[in-house]
Formats: sequence, C-alpha cells, structure tokens
Amino acid sequence: MIQTPESEKEMSTPAQPSSLASVANAKAPRTQASTAQGTGLETRGIHAWFGKNHVLSDINLDFTAGSVTALIGPSGCGKSTFIRTINRMHEFIPGAAMAGEVRLDGKDIYAPGVDVTKIRLQIGMVFQKPNPFPSMTIGENVLSGLKLAQLKVDNKDELLESCLVRAGLWNEVKDRLDAHGGSLSGGQQQRLCIARALAVSPQVLLMDEPCSALDPGSTLRIEETIRELSDSMTIVIVTHNMQQAARVSDYTAFFLSDGGPGEMIEVARTSEIFSQPKDQRTENYVTGRFG
Amino acid sequence: MSAVATPQKPWAKKPADRIREISFLLGSLAFSYGFVAATEMKGKLAYGFIFFVAYAVLSSTYSFLTRGAPAAKDSLVKTLVALGAVLTVLPISSILFTVLQKGLPGLHSGLLSNDMSMATSTDPIATGGVLHAITGTLTLVALALVMSVPLGILTALYLTEIKGKFAGPIRFLVQAMSGVPSIVAGLFILSAVLYPITKGFSALMGALALTILMIPTIARTSEEVLLLIPNDLREAGTALGGTQWRTVAMIVLPAARSGLMTAVILGVARIAGETAPLLLLTGGGDKVNPNPFNGSVGSLPYYIWKAFNAGSPEAITRAWAGLLVLMVLVLLLFTLARALTSRKVS
Amino acid sequence: MSQTVTIPSPRELSTEPRRSDKVFRGVVTTGGLSSLVILGLIALFLFYRGYEVLREEGLSFITSADWSITLDESANVVESNFGLSAMLVGTILCALVAVVIAVPISVFSALFLNFYAPQWMKKILVAVIDMMAAFPSILFGIWGFLVLMPSVEYWGKLINKYLGWIPLFEVNPYFFTRSPFVAGVVLAIMIIPIITSVSREIFAQAPLDRIQAAFALGATRWTMIKAVVIPHGRSGVVGGAMLGLGRAMGETVAVYTVLNIVFQINWHVLLGAGGNVASLIILKFGEASEYEIKALMAAGLVLFFLTLSVNAIANVIVKRTGKSGR
Repeated sequence: MIQTPESEKEMSTPAQPSSLASVANAKAPRTQASTAQGTGLETRGIHAWFGKNHVLSDINLDFTAGSVTALIGPSGCGKSTFIRTINRMHEFIPGAAMAGEVRLDGKDIYAPGVDVTKIRLQIGMVFQKPNPFPSMTIGENVLSGLKLAQLKVDNKDELLESCLVRAGLWNEVKDRLDAHGGSLSGGQQQRLCIARALAVSPQVLLMDEPCSALDPGSTLRIEETIRELSDSMTIVIVTHNMQQAARVSDYTAFFLSDGGPGEMIEVARTSEIFSQPKDQRTENYVTGRFG
Repeated sequence: MSAVATPQKPWAKKPADRIREISFLLGSLAFSYGFVAATEMKGKLAYGFIFFVAYAVLSSTYSFLTRGAPAAKDSLVKTLVALGAVLTVLPISSILFTVLQKGLPGLHSGLLSNDMSMATSTDPIATGGVLHAITGTLTLVALALVMSVPLGILTALYLTEIKGKFAGPIRFLVQAMSGVPSIVAGLFILSAVLYPITKGFSALMGALALTILMIPTIARTSEEVLLLIPNDLREAGTALGGTQWRTVAMIVLPAARSGLMTAVILGVARIAGETAPLLLLTGGGDKVNPNPFNGSVGSLPYYIWKAFNAGSPEAITRAWAGLLVLMVLVLLLFTLARALTSRKVS
Repeated sequence: MSQTVTIPSPRELSTEPRRSDKVFRGVVTTGGLSSLVILGLIALFLFYRGYEVLREEGLSFITSADWSITLDESANVVESNFGLSAMLVGTILCALVAVVIAVPISVFSALFLNFYAPQWMKKILVAVIDMMAAFPSILFGIWGFLVLMPSVEYWGKLINKYLGWIPLFEVNPYFFTRSPFVAGVVLAIMIIPIITSVSREIFAQAPLDRIQAAFALGATRWTMIKAVVIPHGRSGVVGGAMLGLGRAMGETVAVYTVLNIVFQINWHVLLGAGGNVASLIILKFGEASEYEIKALMAAGLVLFFLTLSVNAIANVIVKRTGKSGR
C-alpha cells in the first residue's frame, strides 16, 4: 500500500512544493504490516448546516484502514465540522443538520437504531486544546473512557501501561500515576488525551489540530506517535501546518471555501499533492500564495 | 453528483420513538390508577409517585434491552431529573390555584374601597375591605424605596465605579446582609429606633426594617447591571473631559436605567409580602392612616395575618382574598421587571 | 566626543481629582459602607438590649429549654428562666429537614434544565422558578397549613408505619399534626427555587471542552454529568444548599403557622412539637413584658449570628466555584 520513497524521488520541481514533497518522501516506510481492523471509513455526499447556514458541501472521501490522512486548507472551510460529522459530535450543536452517509466497515453510522455511544467508542477524537479531567488522577484519566462507557476490562493495569506507552508518555509518568491530571505540561497533557482515546480501542482516531497549542518539541513527539499508531488504526488529522501534513500523512485532502460552503477540492497521496497538485487552487495554497 | 441536498437530522426522535414514549406514559398512568385502587394508598401524590416509578421501570427496561446497562442508567437518570423538575414547579401551580379558588369568594365590590375600622375579621365577607392595607403597603414601600434605592445604588456604584480597597469586604457584607432574617431586622429597628426614639408604631419604623432587607437585593442586581455597561462608554466620557461623577451621572446611569429599574422592582417584590418585621413595628391598624411617621398602620401582610389568626371561615376567606390581592401585586411587579429586562438595549 | 546619555527619571504624574469628584467619591464610599454600618449596628443594639438577660442566664440561655417568666402585681420580675435550646434544636431540625428534601430535588431540576430540557421549556421553567422565589412567605405559611398539611401528615403516618423503628421517625405520643416534618416540607418548597437557581448557574459553567471530551469517549449523558459536571459544580451546590439552609433557619411566619410550638427539645421529626427561634419571637412579642422583650432581643442576637455564619460560609464556598450565585 505504501510505496517506497525511491520511486518518487524523480519528482523534484523547484520552489516550495518540492521541499514539502521531499519531506513527504523522506518518511520512513512502514516496516510491519498494518494491523488495522475493518475495511476503513467512507464518507459519501456529506453536507453540514448550522441552522440555515450551509457550511459543508458534498464531501466524498474514503479513508483506507491503517492510513493517515491529513485535511488541510485555510481556516473556516469546514474541516473541523467535517470530522465532527464522522464521530457524530456535530449533532450536539443546536440547529445542526447534515446530509449524506458515513460508513464504518460498510455500515452507515447514521442509520436509525444505531447506538451513537458505541460509534464514538469506535471513532475516537483528540481535540485542539488538551482537556484531561482535572478531578481524576493521570491513571484514572487514561481509563476514564472505560468508566464513561461502562466497559469492563480484565486487566486495567496492563491496558493503562500499553496506552501510555503507545502515546509516548509512559516513561514520564509511570511513577506518578496518582498525580492530578492537570499537573502535566501542555504536550504531556495532549499525549495523556491520546492515551485516553486509545483506551477504548478505537478503529479510527480523529485529530483536530492536535499540536496547534503545543511547542515544537511536543509536536514532533506527537507526530512520531501518530506514525506509530497508524499501524493499528486509521487516523484523520486536521492541520494548518503543511509541513506537519507532509511529515505525518499518507494522503492529504485539500478543503476550500469561497465564501460559501466548504468543499473538498482535491485528495491524493501526500507527496503528489505537494509536488504535482492537479487543481490550480491547491497549487496556490501549497505554494503559499494564499491561506 | 448533485451538490444540492436537504438538511436532515438523523439523530432526532423519530415518530416510532415518540409513539413508544407516549405509550409508556399512558401505560404508567393506567398502572398507577390500578395500583392505587388496589392498595391502601390515597391522594394525588400517590398516583404521581406510582406513575413515576412505573415510567422509570418501563423506560429503563426498554433501554436495557435495546442498548445495554449504561443506556438503562441514563434513562433512569432522565426520569429522575424530570421528576425533580416536576416537583419543583408542582407547588407553584397548587399555590396559584388555591389562591384563586379560595380568594375569589372573598372579593366583593367594596373590597378596595373600605377598610376594617368598622368591621372585624370574623364579620361576613361583604363588610370591610383592604383599603387601609393597600395604602399601608404602598406607604411602607414608598418610604423604604426612598431610603434603600440611594443606598443600594451607591453601594453598587462603589463596587463598579470606584472599586476602592473596601470593595471585596463590602461585596461580602452585602451578601451577608441578604441573609439577615426579616425578624432580626425588625428587632433591630425596635431596639435602635422605636424604643429609644419614637416609642410608638408607625409606617416609618416598618419601612426602616424593610430597607435593611431591600438594600442587598438592589445593590446586587444594580452591580450586575452596571458591570454590563461596556467600559468604552466610561472611557468616552472621560476622554471628552468629563469628571468621573459627570460620566457616571450623565452616561453610565442613564445607560443602565432600565436595569436599575429592574433592580428596584425586584427589591420591592422582595419586601411587599414581608410580614415579620411589620408585626413588630407597625401595629397593624384598621384604618387608613395618612401619617407615615406616627400611629399604627395596616398592611396587606398584617391584614392577612390578623384574618388568618381569627380563624373563623369568614376570616379565613378574608385571608385568602388578601393573599390574592398581594399575589396580584407581586406578579404585576415581577412581570414588569421581566418586561424591562427583555427590552434592555444590549 | 563621547556623550553620556542620562536617562531621565519618570515624571511624577499627579492626577489630583477635581473637587466635585472628591465629593462624589466621598458620597459613594459612604453609601457603600452602609452595609457594614448596618450589620454592625444590628449586632450592637441587639447585644445592648439583650445583655441583661444574657448575663443573667449565662450559658443556660442556649442550653436550657425553659421559657417562663413570673411577674408580681407591680410588674416586677419575680422569677425568670429563658432558654433557647428547644427553639434552637427546632430551628436546626426544621432547616435540616428542608435542606435534605430540597437539595436532591433542586439538583435534579437544575440538571434537567441545563442538560435535558429543550430550550423553550427551559425558558418557561426558569421564569416560573424565579417567580416562585419572589412569593411572600406568609403565602407559603397559610397554604402550607391549610392545603399541604393534611397530605403531609398522611405521608408522615406512612413513614412512621414503615420506618418507625428508626428513632428519628418515632412518634410517641401519637400526635402527628404540626410537626417539624411538615414545617420542613413547607420550608423545602420555599428554598427549592433558590437552590435550583444557584445550581443552574453553577452547572452552566461546566467547561464545554471537557463535556465534549467525555462525549467523544462514548459517554452517555449521565456518565458525562457524573464525570464532568458534578465534580466541577460540587462545592457550588454545597454553597447553594447552605444559602437555602440559612434562609430556612431564619424563616418566621411560614413556620409559625405550621408548627406546634412546645418548649421541649424534640428530635422526633414526625412528632407534632417544636418551634424555631424566629417563631418564638413572634409568639411571645405580643404580650411580653419589658424584661421578656430583652430576652427576645437576645434570642434575635443568637439567630442573627447563626444565620450570618451560615450565609458567610455559603458565600465563600459558592464564590470558589467561579461566579457567585444569586
């Protein structure tokens, strides 16, 4: 599924696209087979409204199991709204409406009779601002998803350790699992939130600009985590940072709004989007002419 | 690929869900009737209690069977919180209903034009009236307003405009003052003013006690209102060369006018029905007393109190009629306050 | 040629307020200090008036349950015993019953309004509940006595029948009318609007991002409330409950009409005997001699400090959760 960098080295055009493309190409190839379950996530004809305001128009985007897809584009063109239609958080906003289908493993998650809390267990989310629960300790925070969904697990300690290891936080907190959730730095808090999302074993992890509130060191660490996690799940990450998209994702989708509802202009392999975008608007964005 | 689509809410309740809920409600209703008939429980409260238990069981079981234990707990909580809301507003409907039901028979054409100087509480209803009580209450309120509005608004101004070093303690004290029981306020005026100085009942004494109760309400609501006035207005005033007091008097206060009126009205509503201090300080006279500084004066709460304590059926009806008049007054004030709040320019 | 640059020292800016502003500040500050002055005067005068009795009775003013005074023909005091203990116990008992009943109902109502009710319903209910907070207490007293009491007595009898083995619910002699339980229910109905309002404002401040995080993890509405809203609002609700407690302790007429005032300490909630300090004052005031009035003043002083401390603690607690409740 993932091509080796060698075959893509031929493409190098001068100016910015090539530096992003070379970043994209410089990613280490996947060393092990993906253990991601399921057949992936598909979205068909997704529209979103806030009251009468049409904010998202006709998004059709598929996410292969085990891939990392970045959603890029200027602010306000509906990327965050889009991912919130995927884990059915969009419906919390009063006046929200949508159209279209979101299929997880082939089944529409908006079908009547679907238990929405179970969907959110399978499709997790990490938010822009880290939000651990301050009334719980670090250990309790990680396992809070189990308590909230009232899931029973045999070995809590094992799960706790494995989630923190996968989130890249274990070594830093293993001796203070009883400390308060709010006593960590921003980057650590965000990794805690990632560990928390992992504890309920989601198939898909949605990330809404997870590093925009963090310092570069934490950002890089989280990007490493994302690469590692993509072996076992599908990841969709909204980001304003094109370099991040280049570093982290296999596929990139470009969203744009011209004052009306947001649309998806183009989606392709990350290296292609940055080196040979098909749409002029995409090229304008990735070469920095606007946005 | 059409870009035209209609907005939908696939998460919204479907007709099938609504029908199911209604059938649960009806089923619980029927069950409660049957249960109460079969056991020794009686009274509307019994029906209500069994109804809620039945509905809780039905909806939780349904949730459990379709979506599992967490959903069942969620349904149970949903029923409980609805019960809480019902219990909160149930008394109000009972109270309003009772006041109407029992007070209407007490109304007669002379109610608002007679006083009780020629009648007692136990006389037939068509004699006497509440004129003295209404004038008394109005006198008390007017006097209390004269004293409490300046103090209340000045306190609020101190907290929002001057923000001196006493602001924290004063805010704390205002809160503390709102917890002073009305009877304590009455005792205070009794010991500080009535016994040493005036030595007799009067409207002024009652008004002094009511002032103590009104100041915190007016001060707190005014403070909230003044805080809502954007600072730009104040800066514009001083930039135009105004002194602080001119800025406050000519810009801030007029901008807050409707909010301040709301604060005043809420203060009046608070004390219009206050009884305890009046029992200590006003004497509860039976005729209209034009002198607010001397002599006992009646009031709606005192009239109601006397009638209730007289005990005969006519007296009780008088009490309810008095309560009806008082409630109309309080509700009018309250509606007025809300109307002003909603017309406030943001 | 080198030139040393001397950094000038900052100019002294003097903003001497104009005379009119000085007057303005003076007037406003005086007005603002009025609450301090009033509270201080209350304590002072009640103490001054009640001092004689307090000195005479000493600690037994609070510990003894007797309240009696005998006068001779020339209205001199022959013998007097003033003790508030029965009334204090009654004050606390009625208020506690009220809070125990009111707090769960209020918290559930507040949760309903904030997290379960549709917007239109919320607006109407909030208006109704705020209006209820403005009802005069004499209305609750009379309604409580004439309308509520019969059914509450019935429920009291039921509780006694099935739970009477708990000492609190014992009734001996068998006399249910006008018990602290009835008074507690009436007080509860009076304080529910206050506690609901405070709780509602506290719950509305639960941080939205954590609420979203909980839902994103697969929480149901209830587990979200348990994990985010309640830990956040816990102390605020406690503060609100204490505000209600303070209000219930100082209530006069609503309790007077409903309770059977007996000068004997009574912990049996369902037994028709009790009293509270405020209703004692009303009861005795009408025919009190000068000396007894001093005793009533002293009683008022005790009540004043009691409610003041409860309210002060309540306000400190509520403030610590963020915006102070109304």
